Amino acid sequence: MSLWKIAWRSIQQRALASALTAFAVGLGVALVVAVLVIHGVIDQSFRRGAQGYDLIVGAKGEQIQLVLNTVFHLGQATENIPYTYYEELTESPRFSPAVEVAIPVAMGHAYKSYPVIATTPDMFDQLKYLGDREYEFSEGRNFKTSEPFEAVVGATVARKLHLKVGDTFRPTHPGVEIVGDVEDTHHEPVKIVGVLAHTGTPNDRAIFMNLEGFYKFGCHQAGPSTVRRFMEKKEKTSAEEHAHDKDADHSEDGEDHAHDADEHGADEHDSHEHKTEEHGTDGHAGHSHEPIAHQDRQLSAILVCTDHSKPALAMQLPDVINAEPDAQAIAPARVISELFDGIIGNVQLILVILAVLVVVVAGIGILVSIYNSMSDRRHEIAVMRALGASRILVGTVILLESILLSLGGGLVGLLLGHGLVGILAPTIAEHTGVIVSAFQFQWNELILIPGLIVLASLVGYAPAAVAYRTDVAKSLTTNQ
Amino acid sequence: MLDLRDVKKSFTEPDGGELPILDIEEFHLDEGEQMALVGRSGCGKTTLLYVIAGISRPDSGMVKVGQWDITLFTEAERDRFRAEQIGYVFQTFNLLPGFTALENVLLGMRFAGGHIDRARAKHLLERVGLGHRMTHRPGQLSVGEQQRVSVARALANQPRLLLADEPTANVDAGHQQQVVDMLRDGCREDNVALMVVTHTPEVANQFDRRDNLEHFNRAVVA
Repeated sequence: MSLWKIAWRSIQQRALASALTAFAVGLGVALVVAVLVIHGVIDQSFRRGAQGYDLIVGAKGEQIQLVLNTVFHLGQATENIPYTYYEELTESPRFSPAVEVAIPVAMGHAYKSYPVIATTPDMFDQLKYLGDREYEFSEGRNFKTSEPFEAVVGATVARKLHLKVGDTFRPTHPGVEIVGDVEDTHHEPVKIVGVLAHTGTPNDRAIFMNLEGFYKFGCHQAGPSTVRRFMEKKEKTSAEEHAHDKDADHSEDGEDHAHDADEHGADEHDSHEHKTEEHGTDGHAGHSHEPIAHQDRQLSAILVCTDHSKPALAMQLPDVINAEPDAQAIAPARVISELFDGIIGNVQLILVILAVLVVVVAGIGILVSIYNSMSDRRHEIAVMRALGASRILVGTVILLESILLSLGGGLVGLLLGHGLVGILAPTIAEHTGVIVSAFQFQWNELILIPGLIVLASLVGYAPAAVAYRTDVAKSLTTNQ
Repeated sequence: MLDLRDVKKSFTEPDGGELPILDIEEFHLDEGEQMALVGRSGCGKTTLLYVIAGISRPDSGMVKVGQWDITLFTEAERDRFRAEQIGYVFQTFNLLPGFTALENVLLGMRFAGGHIDRARAKHLLERVGLGHRMTHRPGQLSVGEQQRVSVARALANQPRLLLADEPTANVDAGHQQQVVDMLRDGCREDNVALMVVTHTPEVANQFDRRDNLEHFNRAVVA
């Protein structure tokens, strides 16, 4: 009969107290597991979200803002870069040898709070996500370059807004509330031709339309940041708006402002659009549907996959771009890592510390439980000693009991923790677009096992010492 | 087989004074011999058994079991010696409640650190008439059955000496003789020396040798 079995029999002897003690440990472990798994999956999801491309090329400015905007579709739109820059990247001998794929993106629109991103079909034909996974469509197909007002929607958007292939929507400017079914008629309707399969990336929560269609929206022929300025101006006083209206009267051609990236030109253009909207006429009556000249177009960013077969050129590419006066090239993976490690990593650390404290408190519960039982068990220990068990042996049995309770509680905690993750999965997916599963394990969960053994040994030491010091003759006589 | 010489044992009283319990000049028990030890309560019978078993250490004197003076052993050595050489039957049986009858017998073997002989454990339980109760826990056994398990446990390691401290005190009159017979027969079969402490004249009178501790314990006489 092994010492483990002797310890197990002692636990069975006090089944209810032991079960409650182990359950307390289990709750602590479940919290640790839930924090580790959920954070780990979200961490991976965020970091991997950027791995479909190596660089983001955008206007000089705040790097984090550019990454948040481009990768996670969060925050304010950044300044623009000329569309011609995209053409240079793909065609100019300065850049193109190092570039394998370049995807232009223009942001600044939304539909019912989900971002509408204008890009090319290459976004889904050329880029991969989560390492090497190809984008798939759960319904329909990718949009075509030749069809300007086509779009595909991310899985979460489709589910939340009940959008399907064949539906149409009108992108709006951020901040324009759409109440009920009343649609903003400012833009042309865009037809959904595909629904992306779930990716577990921020793209699930976005809508992607043809860049060509974006440039046919009259109000932003000057580029995506014009949209932002449009909204900023919209918030100004009515007196200012009237003044701008007057300016716009002698500024019918939006293209005049389009290739003038300065604030003044954009303001005038914006005012023109606003006026049209206010008059309640057809939302796009005043827009030009002709494609605008490439030199007049602007972009929010360009996603670049470097040519890995030319590592030297690929490594030099960011430096070459950063030497340009208006553009910068940043590695999103690095920025995301810094962001995650600097802020979110600390949040995880705090959560883990709190959860570990819960486990430690539960561990002290083991100490209290076993220690309290020692007065009842003194006689039992004395009998074992009278039968020939050494002091060390009975002390070891108590320690093993503590370890069994901890490990049993840990096992329950693992199951509870993963069960908790499974229960929370729909909520997490709903709010973050990240799919977690009850069966996802993190390597750092393994630390729990030796951690629990150490904890159990520490808390089991005091009652084990009591067992060790038990006076056999006295304990036997007392209970005779 | 068992020799005691000049064994003294006293306890410290709450006021710090010494209370002599044992003062035995000489005591002897032969190999396979069976005897009853009688005496009024408080004359030191249980303390004497503890000293012989090595549970308590005498203040002075020699306690020789076989060829070993166990007073010279460390506590760990006495524990091991007790597990291997001495069987002990308690008045209140002292079976471990979380273990089955069979496991209680096996525990004795486990603590002796030797081979765990399940066949012998089962044989012993069958010999005391509990072949059908091996998987029962003490709480599921009658008082008489519990004492029979404790007898089987005491014989598990084929000891040289079996000490029984009022083994029939908690057993109903109908089963007293059964317990005594098992003890005596079991020890006789394995040539184990038997020392039974009892208050019951019916039990004591069955032994050829009956010693009254009050007659040779000078601490009590004094």
